[in-house]
Amino acid sequence: MDEALNDLGAYIAAALPQDVIDTQVAGGELVVRARVTTLTKLLAFLRDDSNCLFKVLLDITAVDYPEREERFEVVYILLSLSQNQRIKVKLDVGEDVAVPTASTVFSSANWAERETWDMYGIYFSDHPDLRRILTDYGFEGHPLRKDFPLTGRVEVRYDETQKRVVYDPVKLTQDFRSFDFLSPWEGMTDVLPGDEKASAGEEEEAEGA
Amino acid sequence: MSEVAIKNLTLNFGPQHPAAHGVLRLVLEMDGEVVERADPHIGLLHRGTEKLIEYKTYLQAVPYFDRLDYVSPMCQEHAYALAVEKMLGIEVPERGQYIRVLFSEITRILNHIMNLTTYALDVGAMTPLLWGFEERERLMEFYERVSGARLHAAYFRPGGVHQDMPAGLVEDIYDFCESYPKFLDDMETLLTENRIFKQRTVDIGVFTAEEAMDWGMSGPMLRASGVPWDLRKSQPYDVYDRMNFDVPVGKTGDCYARYLIRVEEMRQSLRIIKQCLDEMPDGPVMAQNHKLTPPRRGDMKQSMEALIHHFKLYTEGYHVPAGETYTAVEAPKGEFGVYVVADGTNRPYKCKIRAPGFAFMQALAPLSKGHMLADVPAVIGSMDIVFGEVDR
Repeated sequence: MDEALNDLGAYIAAALPQDVIDTQVAGGELVVRARVTTLTKLLAFLRDDSNCLFKVLLDITAVDYPEREERFEVVYILLSLSQNQRIKVKLDVGEDVAVPTASTVFSSANWAERETWDMYGIYFSDHPDLRRILTDYGFEGHPLRKDFPLTGRVEVRYDETQKRVVYDPVKLTQDFRSFDFLSPWEGMTDVLPGDEKASAGEEEEAEGA
Repeated sequence: MSEVAIKNLTLNFGPQHPAAHGVLRLVLEMDGEVVERADPHIGLLHRGTEKLIEYKTYLQAVPYFDRLDYVSPMCQEHAYALAVEKMLGIEVPERGQYIRVLFSEITRILNHIMNLTTYALDVGAMTPLLWGFEERERLMEFYERVSGARLHAAYFRPGGVHQDMPAGLVEDIYDFCESYPKFLDDMETLLTENRIFKQRTVDIGVFTAEEAMDWGMSGPMLRASGVPWDLRKSQPYDVYDRMNFDVPVGKTGDCYARYLIRVEEMRQSLRIIKQCLDEMPDGPVMAQNHKLTPPRRGDMKQSMEALIHHFKLYTEGYHVPAGETYTAVEAPKGEFGVYVVADGTNRPYKCKIRAPGFAFMQALAPLSKGHMLADVPAVIGSMDIVFGEVDR
């Protein structure tokens, strides 16, 4: 299984050397890193080439890594029925980069990109209809970003005096609790808490001497 | 005669409409009674499942999968369990795999009864619903007997299934398999050659094979268009590779073909269920690595280690090594996939749920274009939409 994927990855990289940054097989799944500018060319190649025939675009999503310089990783998940293979195409994009739309290549990309825009705020250029899709009408923010709070920012209730639904800022009766389960007993380093004082003392002695 | 300017009518369908199968708001642009453009507004049932899962341990995330497509809960747990097992690199004992396949197929029948009978109701036949839900109730009793819950089972867990089947269940499922074809035959006499049913479904909402692939179809929607594709055959998981069953493929790609495929899939599911019951070996149902799966309750009374394992598992959970996977199963509606990114902690860094219904809903616009208004519920019904998974 892995061999076939390795071959396929090498084939794609050889066919489009300018457009593919690298290919790798991890955990039995093939990942192709692409460039933003030539994404549609790569997708069209994957769809039409007789050794690929990835005709079904299953989904588009993104992963948010706030600490990275290029914050988002956009992931395209493709399936080839005739080759019985799956492939993931990945893009690294910053917050203010527009990704070219894939809806010219796959019709199913339309809503998938709308969802990615809605959830992460990644802009897709030339998209025919880039509206929010899952969140409320008039929603603000992009909920799946790591800096968006789990509870959201507004809550709704029906106001009896105004006879309509009103939006209020979220008020929590108890602070949201997030437990840190990273146990000090696992993945122990060789430094015990408090040891740094001892070594600092030694250093001072060494300096003093 | 003077010219009359005709303005297109914009019609709001839903969000509360019995034929919308949930909370769908459809904005239809009508030319007389013909649909020019359909714009589904989804998200009215959006609960932020994917965001919530990022804040839960891997085990706590399981019940969220029941609540996506709430008429086929176990198949979705299956996808998630397989994804986590793949990243942990654990093997499920054989009996556990058989039970999972068995209950996946029970779930398939459960889902198809729900879909076909409500679909018949949408296009004007009431009786199949009344008969079907009686059978459905019997299946949900099987759910209850293994998991304690009729709907939200949380039964498939990473590592296997939570508990072994109780005594006597095998016989009862076998009895069900014997009596169920009678219901299927009865339902088919009401629908399959029914003139009204055929008038409402034949040549409605047609997709060619190329279009179906372009729009990301899967499951019965794809097979109805003549594409022989079933993940249980092409990328088998658990013990599906040992099962002997056929995959029905349609020819016309219309609503009627989708109906026929679902009926035949139920018959094939019965075959798989019987094989599972016949071949099921004895043994554990969950991986016996107690760093990842809970110890038996009896052991906890005697063994300190088991007690510690139990405590650690239900507070901190287990840590999954960094990596990612996209794992998919053939859910009753189509390809249900989970894309999980792990960062080495006890909680998923990201969990994207690929629901088949989301792609189906998108295809409503091309499928209903040029059809009459009354055909829109027929198309929606044949797509097997459940808003729990579309909106997530």
